[in-house]
Amino acid sequence: MRSRSFETLVAAGLVLIFTTAVLLLTGAPPLEAFSLLVRGSFGSVSKLARVLTVWVPLTLCACGLIYTFRIGLWNIGVEGQVILGAVGTTWALRAGAGHLPPGVLLALAMATGVLLGAGWSLAAGVLRTRGGVNEIFAGLGLNFVAQGVVLWLIFGPWKRPGVASMSGTVPFPPELWLPNFSWGRLSPVALGCAVGALVLTAWLLGRTRVGLFLRAVGGNPRAAHLLGLPPERYLLLAMVMAGGMAGLAGGIQVTAVYHRLIPAISSNYGYLALLVTMLAGFRLGPVAPIALFFAGLNVGSVQLPMALQLDSSLSGVIQGASVLAVLLAHGWGVHRARRQA
Amino acid sequence: MHIVLDDIHKRYGRVHANRGVSLEVRAGTIHGVLGENGAGKSTLMRILAGYTRPTSGRILLDGDEVRWRTPAEAVARGVGMLYQDPMDFLAMTALENYALGRPWVPARELRRDLEARAAELGFAVHPEMPLERLTVGERQQLELLRLLSLGVGVLILDEPTTGISGVQREILFAALRRLAEQGRSVLLVSHKLEDVEALCDEVTVLRQGAVAGRAERPFRTRELLEMMFGQPPAVPRRVAGAPGEPVLVFRDAWATGGRAGLRGCSTTIREGEVVGLAGVEGAGQNAFLRLAAGLNRPYRGGVEVCGAPAEGYRRLRQRGVAFLPSGRLEEGLVAGLSVLDHFALGRTRIPFLAPWRGAAERAEGAIRRYRIRGEPGTPVEALSGGNQQRVLLALLPERPRLLLLESPTRGLDLESAHWVWEQLLAHKARGTTIVFSSPELDEILMVAERVLVFHDGALVADVKAAETSVAELGSAIAGKTPPAPARTPSPEAVVEAP
Amino acid sequence: MNEFSLVLLAASVVATAAPILLASLGETLTERAGLINLSLDGTILLAAMAAFAVAHDTGSVGLGFAAAAAVGGAVAALVGFAGVILGVSQVAVGFVLTLMCRDLAYFLGNPYSRIQGPQVPPLPVPGLAELPVLGPLLFRHNAVVYLSLLLVPALWWVLYRTKWGLEVRAVGEHPEAAYARGIAPRQVQMVCAVVGGALVGLAGAAYSLALKPGWGRPQGAEGIGWIALALVIFGGWHPVKVALGAVLFALLQVAGIPLQEAFPSVPAQVFQVAPFPLMIFTLLFMGLSQRESVERWAEGRPWAKRLVGAFRGAAPRALGRPMKGG
Repeated sequence: MRSRSFETLVAAGLVLIFTTAVLLLTGAPPLEAFSLLVRGSFGSVSKLARVLTVWVPLTLCACGLIYTFRIGLWNIGVEGQVILGAVGTTWALRAGAGHLPPGVLLALAMATGVLLGAGWSLAAGVLRTRGGVNEIFAGLGLNFVAQGVVLWLIFGPWKRPGVASMSGTVPFPPELWLPNFSWGRLSPVALGCAVGALVLTAWLLGRTRVGLFLRAVGGNPRAAHLLGLPPERYLLLAMVMAGGMAGLAGGIQVTAVYHRLIPAISSNYGYLALLVTMLAGFRLGPVAPIALFFAGLNVGSVQLPMALQLDSSLSGVIQGASVLAVLLAHGWGVHRARRQA
Repeated sequence: MHIVLDDIHKRYGRVHANRGVSLEVRAGTIHGVLGENGAGKSTLMRILAGYTRPTSGRILLDGDEVRWRTPAEAVARGVGMLYQDPMDFLAMTALENYALGRPWVPARELRRDLEARAAELGFAVHPEMPLERLTVGERQQLELLRLLSLGVGVLILDEPTTGISGVQREILFAALRRLAEQGRSVLLVSHKLEDVEALCDEVTVLRQGAVAGRAERPFRTRELLEMMFGQPPAVPRRVAGAPGEPVLVFRDAWATGGRAGLRGCSTTIREGEVVGLAGVEGAGQNAFLRLAAGLNRPYRGGVEVCGAPAEGYRRLRQRGVAFLPSGRLEEGLVAGLSVLDHFALGRTRIPFLAPWRGAAERAEGAIRRYRIRGEPGTPVEALSGGNQQRVLLALLPERPRLLLLESPTRGLDLESAHWVWEQLLAHKARGTTIVFSSPELDEILMVAERVLVFHDGALVADVKAAETSVAELGSAIAGKTPPAPARTPSPEAVVEAP
Repeated sequence: MNEFSLVLLAASVVATAAPILLASLGETLTERAGLINLSLDGTILLAAMAAFAVAHDTGSVGLGFAAAAAVGGAVAALVGFAGVILGVSQVAVGFVLTLMCRDLAYFLGNPYSRIQGPQVPPLPVPGLAELPVLGPLLFRHNAVVYLSLLLVPALWWVLYRTKWGLEVRAVGEHPEAAYARGIAPRQVQMVCAVVGGALVGLAGAAYSLALKPGWGRPQGAEGIGWIALALVIFGGWHPVKVALGAVLFALLQVAGIPLQEAFPSVPAQVFQVAPFPLMIFTLLFMGLSQRESVERWAEGRPWAKRLVGAFRGAAPRALGRPMKGG
């Protein structure tokens, strides 16, 4: 255990040195940039609400990815699954507005998002199990397709009256918005969804046979088959769980955050969640705090272009560097242990 | 070349694989290194070949101490090894394999050189053939030729007779005798007494990483067995019983899989029979077993198990068909999961919640009954090969109707193998039918009542074990003069073996 | 369409194919040695940014290309170090680097966004450029295009006709066996990673200094790295087949331009995603053609057998698996 925390310390040091170097390379003052990141994310209650708003989809996607990683799948398609969830929710809201009571409609719309996200994920899963297409390429291709679908919808069938634009579809009326807390722009329903996903995943993987089966199929599909498990069914189950949670995240982006469909509705949260899960060592425990850290970086970096004329992608650099540093530090530790054996 | 290994130690973490092994091989002799699995033979040989570095100890070649940093250095000084897991390149041609690891020579010249050397030793080579289309024996011959062409004076062969036919074994042994006559030293590593007795001038027996004894020709079998095991293991007793109803019926079944697939196989196996499948690796035995288990479908003909078509492995499993794959960590067990996890998985019906309680009891019971050296929480990859095999056997259902076993004792020492058979034959006493493949003819003749011999995908012989011999089976395996298929009396077996 | 414009169209296919060729052939070399460098998409962007920035600041296009190759080689060296030496999952490291290099490119490239910079000058081959048809098709391009075209036979020759190429393939098949024959597998893998990565870097420079000159967010090369990775599978890890795939892909890209003009109301981004379903379909076709049932179906049909055989290509056996022991 001591070596693990030592590795973390080394990794954190590496990230700090690397980020400082990158900032110095662009001639930016590192200290000021770092303090801006902290102040911009955890500096006030309203900023914290914004951080939690980012934390919700990140946590949802990362929870879903735990299932797919457990069975040994790289579900890179999670980004597209978020997008399809948003599309599904938007479609249901558009179709049902005025016909159903808002509460019922919102619930149905979120469910549609979950279904569409799961379906998009299932497509990648079936391509893998039946078509022999590696899930990385299938998922990635479907991400781009999903992006194309959103753009086509926004500029085509769902365009604003008059002129279509990158600002998205017409906003929904406020009764179709998920309500916020009184103290900040954060939806309690969204927060509840993320916490619920954490609890559900912990229970399913820790207390029921699902977790064991996923590990068995992921560890050795042929042996699992010979032991009497249907590997294909569990592969698809993992994909559906991941896609459903990502779809829910997409639905929340529509109903709680943007109140409409915009081209960048997924905000790269799917890819970012992959990094969260990797940094968590593919375990559920650390997902929530790491997602909070990443969400803080994302929100904090929004101010960089205004204050320091820096690109906001600095957050992505820090996030990527963190995962890379942990991978390298851990790999180095294992390597040294192997050498000494 | 004269070789001395002096007080070799090798530690892997807490495992002490070699504990002060000393060994001397005179030039021009064939020296056997005998021992059960896990006795430290392979580790010792890898040290001599430069693949592994010893923790301590000295290697002397003709009196000079040598220290290898890589296997290539050892080859340069004349020490070459044929590894147990073939160290060759399946996707490449024989000639490319021959060319790798030597200074550049034009392809045409190299080819001529290869063919000349092969002719000298009576080997057959196919320079342009990709290795994946050659037999294990042919690959071994090629590797031997390659080492000889590099001028090695010391040849180490690690379990060279596993997976090759009897004919290829004879060719190999003849070649090794000639090489020894030419003054080369040969080290033959084996867990098989008959290999050592047939070929070696001298033998060193290893047990638990240390030298248990030495002997010179003529060998006394009992003495060698005692050195290997302490005391010779008991041979499992055959259980008598008359065959009953047909359990497994093949009707002109054709299938892919293995090297040759299965071509037009027809036979009937009855309740309570113990049937051994013989043949060189991939000649059809495993294709046969996998068809019977429902893991593969025939593309022509049919297979019936207990009167219904053999379709769907999971459905057959529920009908009491159990299949044991030969690759333990490849197909049998899930690395990363514990023994307990496997018992939780192995149950056909696991409750949605808390699968652990019943499994824990079963796992502990199995560990006691099967004498598995490990805890319920031990990850299976941390167990030794023999203990992994015991876990797999413990995972078999309680009362199977049909047991299909792929090389059930592969890689086990004699004592464990006999123990395994005792357990399996206990099933037969309860009416279970057992069909198994094995590369060892002795094993087949020891436990089987009936032997099916495969050659190149076809069933070429069907004989009673009591009425045949190793020699007769050996020639059938090699595809020579197949004895007339002596069918077991079966009124409704309408189709005959081609 | 007359003959002249058809030749021009073909010539623009050749030009469009250049960076894709560089990237996919570079990755082919890396994967032949058993190492997967999944970071291509980010590497191309970072290299494109570095190439443009260096060329802009120094005024030298050559230095820009050198910088791109160095960046590509460095990223690949990191993947190699983590995957080959430390034994970390190559997919994990490659994927993180994909995202991080992209963000790093956007961050560091911010000051160079949307400004004018140098470009690779055209370099007609004296004499050959005047040939009818072949001249405009092949010999009126810039140096990068010539390099990409020469790379195809060069890589084939290295892999299949030299001792080193034999060793590279051996390492990708079975590193332990290669070690037993005196080859240093980890060293070979590192060299292949760096050389392959440098070629990927050149692909980035080919975008920012030639095909889509300049830098911005987005640059326009986004997604190409993934296409290149898919092309390696499509080509069955064989340089000539990979190259054919790259040219085919470029052809579709060029053919998409008139299509886009025909539907002006559809946003350009929709057309930009068109390659990706195509990628899925080709991989699906590859996957299905490897199936046993398809093989047996093709058995009696010579044309089908030839088609399936043409797409046959097994991955190097040790792809993605670091060497054990030694």
